[in-house]
Amino acid sequence: MATLLKSEKLEVSEEQHIVTVRQAVRRMSVEIKLSLVDQTKIITAASELARNLLIYGGGGEVVLELLREGVRQGVRVHFADEGPGIENIELALRDGYTSGGGMGLGLGGAKRLVNEFDLVSAPGKGTHITITRWK
Amino acid sequence: MALSKINEVIRQRQSLLTEWVKGQLDSGVLRSDLISEVELRRESTAFLEVLSEALDKDPSLSFRQPAYRPVLNFLEELSRSRGKKGFSPSETAIFVFSLKQPLFTALKALHIKDAEGLANAVWEVTEFLDNLGLHTIDTYLVGREEVIRGQQADMLELSTPVVQLWEGIVALPLIGTLDSNRTSIVMETLLQVIVQTRSEIAIIDITGVPTVDTQVAQHLLKTVAAARLMGADCIISGIRPQIAQTMVHLQIDLGNVITKATMAEALKTAMNRSGLVVMRRAVPSSPTGLGTSALS
Amino acid sequence: MDRIPILTMGHFLLVTIQVDMHDQLALTLQDDLTNKITSTLAKGVLIDISSLEIVDSFIGRMLGNISSMARVLGAGSVVVGMQPAVAITLVELGLSLTGVYTALDVEKGMQLLRRQIDADFYHLTTDGNFVEI
Ligand SMILES: Nc1ncnc2c1ncn2[C@@H]1O[C@H](COP(=O)(O)OP(=O)(O)OP(=O)(O)O)[C@@H](O)[C@H]1O
Ligand SMILES: [Mg+2]
Repeated sequence: MATLLKSEKLEVSEEQHIVTVRQAVRRMSVEIKLSLVDQTKIITAASELARNLLIYGGGGEVVLELLREGVRQGVRVHFADEGPGIENIELALRDGYTSGGGMGLGLGGAKRLVNEFDLVSAPGKGTHITITRWK
Repeated sequence: MALSKINEVIRQRQSLLTEWVKGQLDSGVLRSDLISEVELRRESTAFLEVLSEALDKDPSLSFRQPAYRPVLNFLEELSRSRGKKGFSPSETAIFVFSLKQPLFTALKALHIKDAEGLANAVWEVTEFLDNLGLHTIDTYLVGREEVIRGQQADMLELSTPVVQLWEGIVALPLIGTLDSNRTSIVMETLLQVIVQTRSEIAIIDITGVPTVDTQVAQHLLKTVAAARLMGADCIISGIRPQIAQTMVHLQIDLGNVITKATMAEALKTAMNRSGLVVMRRAVPSSPTGLGTSALS
Repeated sequence: MDRIPILTMGHFLLVTIQVDMHDQLALTLQDDLTNKITSTLAKGVLIDISSLEIVDSFIGRMLGNISSMARVLGAGSVVVGMQPAVAITLVELGLSLTGVYTALDVEKGMQLLRRQIDADFYHLTTDGNFVEI
């Protein structure tokens, strides 16, 4: 089991908060000395998910966690919104699928950029996504 | 109560300290070549201070409580510095474990007529110190792992020399099997050198790569794509006939990436693109081919 | 409201993105650039992203849009200085920025723009001096 070393909660209710999320993820990634490429990957993934949370989920909460599991450390980020939820998860994850005139790369791309990706969502139940990048 | 007594013992640091340092030195485990007695005494004193402070704040001995964080921090720092100095895990952990004996002795003196109290106190101290010891070992391992990973990364970097062939042209001769980890480090190195040397063309030569599977091909393609985003073009050279066949077999499509059979071909293309021309100097007029003329 | 400054260098416009850009700033930049291309009759746009620490799909789309809009307005455009870590991440994200020209730095970007632009203009810029507004 992973032990929680630190955690931080952020509210995302306006566009400027996406930048705040990126900066917070960067701070934690630097703290566990992720390589520059790995830092960039998880920050980019977080940026995508925070924007989805704001645009489609109508805002919500982002929780960052610094973890230790055995000899490795990691950064985990939870995104939770109580918006409309995603009806067809497989479709939403597919590259190129968008319901909002985007490029449809956010979800699938974010998944590729992290070590662990967990998505729980249902219509009317909001969307909960957790990503983790280990060092 | 046992708890307050432990605190009492720790507070009378002087006698405890002398016993403890002596115990560490006599343990037969400690490397006197790696640490001096003075330093050991200094570290031990500092630890007792931190521990005593923690106990004042929270006498529960539950080492996960926030009050004990400074104690854990201290041990983590100790682990790290000892790991770097070349101590083994047991040589590191003995620091904590050797505190048991002097603590027990002191506790015994405080519980002369109270066998049950003593048993309880000893049990609590044992559990507490064991946990601290384990934590020390855990951190030690993390530290070692970091060192090893660092060394691995260094080795990988050394095994991937990116060379500048000409102004604006770099080459990466890949040799050996490419696993995922190695490939990504290699590719990162290449991209960095492209920036450093401001090279607009990079030749990735795979003559020395025994096999190219789908994954390796994917990595190659991603590197080419990343280089393009940065403003540089890649040429892949040295695709041996067998590899070409496997690639066709695996339906690996290198898309619109420029490929050349040999590095020389690739270099020619690269020079051409950079507007460079290679010419042979006019043949010198001095006598040549003496042997042949003698024969004719 | 904060804006990203646009510099004029001869017949080119130079945008250096130095901040962690939020979405509105990106949209404003897009507007400002199109206006400036029209008002200055610029022949090309250089977008220097060498200080940018990430490019996500939003910023990626902005870069694509700028290049398309410049093209419609008869100007070339080139994105310069993308960092290796950013490029690697962008490829993994799945964004290839097709149709967007790229160069290693501003100088190489200018060379690329000059090559894109017709020969007449080439003469103008090679001896033209850089004017900063
Ligand atoms: N938090 C969310 N709540 C509800 N629906 C969501 C949420 N996140 C994503 N979706 C749905 O999944 C689709 C795909 O998301 P994705 O991020 O991959 O693409 P996009 O946001 O449309 O475009 P891009 O991210 O490339 O700009 C969205 O169009 C939306 O319909
Ligand atoms: Mg999205």
